[in-house]
Amino acid sequence: MADALALRAAIVQMKPEKGEYSSNLRSAREAFVQLAADPPNLVVLPEAAMTGYFLEGAVYELAVTAQRFAGDLAATWREASGGQTADLAAGFFENDAGTYYNSAVYVHVESRDERIVHVHRKMFLPTYGVFDEERFLSRGRHLGVFETDFGRMALLLCEDACHAITATLAAVKGARVLIVPSASPGRGIEAEGELASITQWRDTLRLAAIEHGIYVIYAGLTGFEGGKGMTGSSFIVDPRGSVLVRAPATDACIIRADLDLREIDRARATLPLLGDLAAALPDLLLDPELPLPRGGRDAADR
Amino acid sequence: MLPIVEPSATLLEPPGLDPQVTTTWLVAFLRDELILRRKILRAVIGLSGGVDSAVTAFLCARALGPENVFAIRMPYRASNPSSLTDAALVVNATGIRCVTIDISAAVDGYLQCEPEADARRRGNVMARTRMLVLFDQSAKFDGLPIGTGNKTERLLGYFTWHADDAPPVNPIGDLFKSQIWTLARYLGVPEPLIEKAPSADLEAGQTDEADLGISYARADAILACFLQGYSDVATIERGFNREEVELVRRRVESTHWKRHLPTTAMLSNTAINEFYLRPVDY
Repeated sequence: MADALALRAAIVQMKPEKGEYSSNLRSAREAFVQLAADPPNLVVLPEAAMTGYFLEGAVYELAVTAQRFAGDLAATWREASGGQTADLAAGFFENDAGTYYNSAVYVHVESRDERIVHVHRKMFLPTYGVFDEERFLSRGRHLGVFETDFGRMALLLCEDACHAITATLAAVKGARVLIVPSASPGRGIEAEGELASITQWRDTLRLAAIEHGIYVIYAGLTGFEGGKGMTGSSFIVDPRGSVLVRAPATDACIIRADLDLREIDRARATLPLLGDLAAALPDLLLDPELPLPRGGRDAADR
Repeated sequence: MLPIVEPSATLLEPPGLDPQVTTTWLVAFLRDELILRRKILRAVIGLSGGVDSAVTAFLCARALGPENVFAIRMPYRASNPSSLTDAALVVNATGIRCVTIDISAAVDGYLQCEPEADARRRGNVMARTRMLVLFDQSAKFDGLPIGTGNKTERLLGYFTWHADDAPPVNPIGDLFKSQIWTLARYLGVPEPLIEKAPSADLEAGQTDEADLGISYARADAILACFLQGYSDVATIERGFNREEVELVRRRVESTHWKRHLPTTAMLSNTAINEFYLRPVDY
């Protein structure tokens, strides 16, 4: 199928009940019923959408396989929408035969079955201050891009997207839409107007969108978890850096926007930074002064 | 001549805050922690007549509705009478409910067995008696005790362990005292509570800043430096004097234990909170 010219995107900003996987799926179902009245092509949910984020050792009780999670998500959509076709992306804790990951799945759902298009395993596991991910989880090793009916996309989970290089590499590999499920505990009350961490996310991803001429869909978890408030504030930013739609910080909600995918090419024609980067990338990455192992990734493991 | 532009000089001021953003966040916190997570609709607050419990009461009134906030005034016979009248200003301003329970008989009932107890011990007995009352009143009113300890006193260890810090939910524990004052003005806390010298009111004429040996404004600014990783030398280089920096450092470093649960001997690889790790809201 030729790539579509438009993408009707929606974000379900979840406020999960800690550890209540089935109950949270029911909450997602209610949102899906609302969406199905005017169905989007793509529905994005946050990181850890069905469990909450801070789980500590309970992650071993709540992690599921990618097949199980994609199946549950797809069945929920199918039931809520009366079997309409849609793509869904959401974060979950993955159990892969006893190795545990913070993952996100992109699944294509049709009336009778579903197909996992991509599973991204979080590469940057924050383990400092309030964060403890690498105490319980293993690190993903691959930044993949994947084909959809709406062009090539990439998934980055939360801190993955804080590093400018990940969005850069995804864009160089052809991603035109970047999906970022996130769970960001809010902090920073000294700045005016909103928490500093909310501003930081929007600034970071607006710059990525502008630099590479991509759409960015950021889905933030919301709700307090043991005093730590997830900042929600989901948004969609276009390839020129305009925030098309934006959610509040503290409430569950749905936001949606229709994305004109031709805008990507127009923005890149105006500001061809991505093409410039692709040309210069070998010189940058093959620089012998960079602290990179020579001889491939296996060399780094030795 | 070209104009020269430089950053503004480093100020020795305590951290600020956006009171509107902070209020929105803390109201959401209280609603999520009480109503959503615990299915508890009511808050119970020990209302001392000071600015910390006043701010907490204003936040709870916004989050839960004033009819669902129960203030408990708990005077001891030697308490300053103005503490009661200042607490009444908060009750009138917010419309919250209020009861007064005199703790003198309970405190004296124990202390008559310990006539030699010094002021520190007597103060701790009063604080722990107030906590006993607060938890029991919470059971009576089907509410949750709400903590009123601020970040400055928590860092300086200026509180009674398992008393002031005992309530399961505290909205203001990550706010310095200086930030509490800013928030108090925004929320409409009556001016006398903001203007008066903070006091634990455990002894006549007592003030926090005399007890601590430093003003809250200076202590907060120094604490903010420490928490951002500045050494004592680097903090002094910013303009603070050695004595006050060392005083604050000493208080923080001698009270880490007060900010933790009791130390438990570990004997297995399933020790609670060492190996067996589950979040508080699981």
